[in-house]
Amino acid sequence: MATNHDHGHGHDHHEEHEQLKVLGFWIFVVTDCVLFGTLFATYAVMMNSFAGGPTGQELFQLPGVIASTFILLTSSFTSGLAVLAMNKGNVKQLIAWLAVTGLLGLSFVVLEVTEFMHLMSEGATMATSGYWSAFYTLVGTHGLHVTLGLFWMTALMMQLKRRGISAVTRRKITNFSLYWHFLDVVWIFLFTVVYLMGVM
Amino acid sequence: MAQHQNHGGHHSHGSMKEYVIGFILSIVLTIIPLVLVMNPILSKTATVISILVMAVLQFVIQLVFFMHIREGEKPRYNVQTLILGLVIVFTIVAGSLWIMLFNKY
Repeated sequence: MATNHDHGHGHDHHEEHEQLKVLGFWIFVVTDCVLFGTLFATYAVMMNSFAGGPTGQELFQLPGVIASTFILLTSSFTSGLAVLAMNKGNVKQLIAWLAVTGLLGLSFVVLEVTEFMHLMSEGATMATSGYWSAFYTLVGTHGLHVTLGLFWMTALMMQLKRRGISAVTRRKITNFSLYWHFLDVVWIFLFTVVYLMGVM
Repeated sequence: MAQHQNHGGHHSHGSMKEYVIGFILSIVLTIIPLVLVMNPILSKTATVISILVMAVLQFVIQLVFFMHIREGEKPRYNVQTLILGLVIVFTIVAGSLWIMLFNKY
């Protein structure tokens, strides 16, 4: 494995501080994981509480969901390519891959909003039943995270244009990619538990 | 294994190969559950268990190939935090289901 992983080499205090910030961000990601855990628990408990209203099986349209799954999966990959570009020190490539990631994320959000509007027009709103309340809270919280990530990414691209790759922007991109991969992981569970198990 | 190009003393993680492998594995682990659900060849319980297992596998793949969980500096506080978080998530999900399903009868 890594041969040049010797500590103390080129590791000034500044960089150590940045590494500590990455750990701090990782701890945030883990707490966010707990947040989604509680929402998943609520959803699982409410799984059959339709209150006589429409069920997920009746309303879900898998093609759109499958498309958004692959879109988010690809964007997780392209955010990894952005990190690779950063490691090579290629700021143009880094910004380009972030832009691709952003566009994929944006299309994911658009697909989700379209899906929500379709569900609401079919009479499944947040107030319809325990099931739909839990559904919108769980899926919507994930969608909000992705939307927030898009704003964050835009700000990062602007900062990269101005300041280039430094210890600080490097740490920010590292944190952002962790966040983005994490959102993809949450979506995998959403896709499996909500949609795949929902249509079974 | 992973190429570690050091630029100015930075620890940079990951290689193109790692990301491509992770991406391909993720796609495969997304397609298999889809096929299992669309053409029910297994019983319902078996299908549910296998698609959940594949979701967990995909989580592990993202952790290893994309988030480079194995390459952290020791002591691995990130892994310890993650385990704590997963224990909490498991307790919340399993505990809620246990109590609330018990309530229904």
